[in-house]
Amino acid sequence: MAPEPPLLTMSGITKSFPGVRALDGVDLDVLSGEVHCLLGQNGAGKSTLIKVLAGAHQPDDGTIGWRGEQVTLRSPIAAMRLGIATIYQELDLVEGLSVAENVYLGHELTTAGFVVRGKDARTATAALLKRLGHPEIDPARRVGELSAAQQQIVSMARALSHDVRLIVMDEPSAALDPDEVDNLFRIVGDLTAEGVAVVYISHRLEEIRRIGDRVTVLKDGRAVAGGLPAKSTPTREVVALMTGRNVEYVFPERPTLRDLPDPVLEVRGLARDGEFAPLDLTLRPGEIVGLAGLVGSGRSEILETVYGARRPSAGEVLVDGRRLKPGSVRAAVRAGLGLAPEERKAQALLMLESVTRNVSVSSMSRFSYAGWLDRSAERDAARKATRELSLRPDNPSAPVRTLSGGNQQKAVLARWLLRGCRVLLLDEPTRGVDVGARAELYAVIRRLADDGLAVLMVSSEVPEVLGLADRVLVLREGHVVHTAPAQELDEHRVLDLVMEGSPAS
Amino acid sequence: MTQPVSPPRDDTPKLSPQAEPGSWRTVAARADVRTLSLLGVLAALILIGGITKPEEFLDTRNLQLVLTQASVIGVVTVGMTFVITSGGIDLSVGAIVALASVWATTVATQEYGFAGVLFTAVLVGVGCGLVNGMLIAYGAMVPFIATLAMLASARGLALQITDGKTQIVSIEGILELGERDSYVLGVPPLVMVFAVVTIIGWLVLNRTTFGRRTVAVGGNAEAARLAGIDVRRQRLYLYLLSGLCCGIAAFLLIVLSGSGQNTNGNLYELDAIAAAIIGGTLLSGGRGTITGSVLGVLIFTTITNIFALNNLQSDVQQIAKGAIIVAAVLVQRRTASTT
Repeated sequence: MAPEPPLLTMSGITKSFPGVRALDGVDLDVLSGEVHCLLGQNGAGKSTLIKVLAGAHQPDDGTIGWRGEQVTLRSPIAAMRLGIATIYQELDLVEGLSVAENVYLGHELTTAGFVVRGKDARTATAALLKRLGHPEIDPARRVGELSAAQQQIVSMARALSHDVRLIVMDEPSAALDPDEVDNLFRIVGDLTAEGVAVVYISHRLEEIRRIGDRVTVLKDGRAVAGGLPAKSTPTREVVALMTGRNVEYVFPERPTLRDLPDPVLEVRGLARDGEFAPLDLTLRPGEIVGLAGLVGSGRSEILETVYGARRPSAGEVLVDGRRLKPGSVRAAVRAGLGLAPEERKAQALLMLESVTRNVSVSSMSRFSYAGWLDRSAERDAARKATRELSLRPDNPSAPVRTLSGGNQQKAVLARWLLRGCRVLLLDEPTRGVDVGARAELYAVIRRLADDGLAVLMVSSEVPEVLGLADRVLVLREGHVVHTAPAQELDEHRVLDLVMEGSPAS
Repeated sequence: MTQPVSPPRDDTPKLSPQAEPGSWRTVAARADVRTLSLLGVLAALILIGGITKPEEFLDTRNLQLVLTQASVIGVVTVGMTFVITSGGIDLSVGAIVALASVWATTVATQEYGFAGVLFTAVLVGVGCGLVNGMLIAYGAMVPFIATLAMLASARGLALQITDGKTQIVSIEGILELGERDSYVLGVPPLVMVFAVVTIIGWLVLNRTTFGRRTVAVGGNAEAARLAGIDVRRQRLYLYLLSGLCCGIAAFLLIVLSGSGQNTNGNLYELDAIAAAIIGGTLLSGGRGTITGSVLGVLIFTTITNIFALNNLQSDVQQIAKGAIIVAAVLVQRRTASTT
């Protein structure tokens, strides 16, 4: 470890969005020539942090040091000028332009300032592509015709076309085959040998083992560990940091004595090709069943397929013994299913509307006579549902976008409560919810179950599943590798299963 | 080695700064401000008209004329407002008005009298709306493209029916509706139709499940789908509704002009979209206001009237319209960004 000063020092970076604090005093330091891995679950703050680093977001607080000087990254161009390039997961290439045009987009090689020297750009691009080990990509081809892996190479060539000292790679291996990943790692090795620093984001631990030098773990917008040695930190410790127990978690007690009524939801052999293997599941009123697994283990896909938002390739879903029409959300809702999706703002909420209208949207026929809305009945019913969940502020006319993350989630739950739903599907119920507000949400979910709802929940936070669910299904790569009552499992056992458990195929 | 770098935080739940009770009042007030500002513009225009041409402009006959002219495009705009609120667009309204007006005034149709003409106009409008709606809702076509195709085809068909000739209406009952004798307390029947369509439109958008679903689909189609709303059926109904409004407008135009022409309804799509947008309906969907749309129509019609009275050519009118659209959108963006 050379005692040279870090290339990049981010300290105390804080960034809030309406309703949630995405980054809360994050520190990150990166040395020249190292691969610094950034680990964290969805919503941990990784994307926000790299957007701050790329100049796309301005931090509310905190400082950024670059080669010993304090800098402000006002815009992506400013970051680029300093030598910070970012390769986003969703590639930001223009499909209609050629490879070379994309590489030099925004800093075209020109004569007299405006005549584009296309040939020079193509020659220079060919050299960059060769350096990246992909001489077969034709600089004149349209980017839209390339494979995802090739597009990623083009993105990287674009980064290298600048004088870069730091490259941020956001889940670069997600779209790649194993041998393409090998090539990616070779490129990363070449870059670091030249003294370029790489910030590498991934949730695949084995990759981090292979190429990482140091690891910073983010969780709930905070760096829970900084600069761990990537090769020697035990897997279990890293995963525990990512998904780990938080002292602020308070889980409600499980009711002890229970007679088990007949199942309300039965899932038989439900599967989707390439997403998850045939799954059997029964859910009884009053029961909370949790699906535990890492990102990409098929958790959300299972919930959405049960709900009819995705069409299954095999199997069936039964409610009260009656088969649901496959691939129909309306059939599922009519049968008594309700979904609180992972992306609350994009998939559940009408952000321009009031709390009342967000709550009543699934039950409008109850307040209407031949299509005519009884608005005071609607307001009263919505208020009753939101009060039952102690949604704050207690104002049915408040625009839903002004609520905090936890209260927005309560608005979604109130929607299904009002609908009289019997099976609640919760996808990452505490995502984007401030840590302090989570315990209350857990209590709400448990209370709904005690009132006779059946709950199927997905969470990437193992303690959350173990603390809240009665029964846990552990998923790995679309397969259920273990099923057990939550009391019989502990965090380490689940983490071992999630990481190493062999799929039952 | 583990180095915890962030200290544990206090567990006080944070509320977002805007979440104080009462903030909805400012939203309600802002909606009123928007309506008031449109009323202000309209008042200013009336003032300008009254000053530049005091006798002609404020004459009862002229006011009746302005309102009559506003009626045809106004009915179209009510339908358009629904479509835009749902996140869609209907570029075919002008062409549908043309097709419905010529189909309803062919010699063959006129044999069936008043009811035949009215029925045909409405049916053609609804039929075109049905085609639009099926293509968009179930054929997964982009509304812009589907209705652009309808624009071209309906205009072409209208030309084919008329062969470019004006089809004179010879049915007494229809022609009488446009005459002064049929005015009730000074209100032309066409204006009454406009008023009824407006009131029904307002009620449907603000007081029914249909209106609520329209707003939900426009605000977040994916959320609407996952909340159990049949988004495709709703989209179909919306284009049907727009077609229906076009059919009614076509009938009004037949009454107004005593004829059917394939050039009818030229650029109505732009006028209707512009009126809806300056009225405060979001082009991206999720928020719509019938009141605003109607005020938008009245503003545009009044401008046209004032310019005509002052013998200004239509080119100047067009420039003024463009400037007003830009100004209105800029003002709206400012009000929106202060949210």
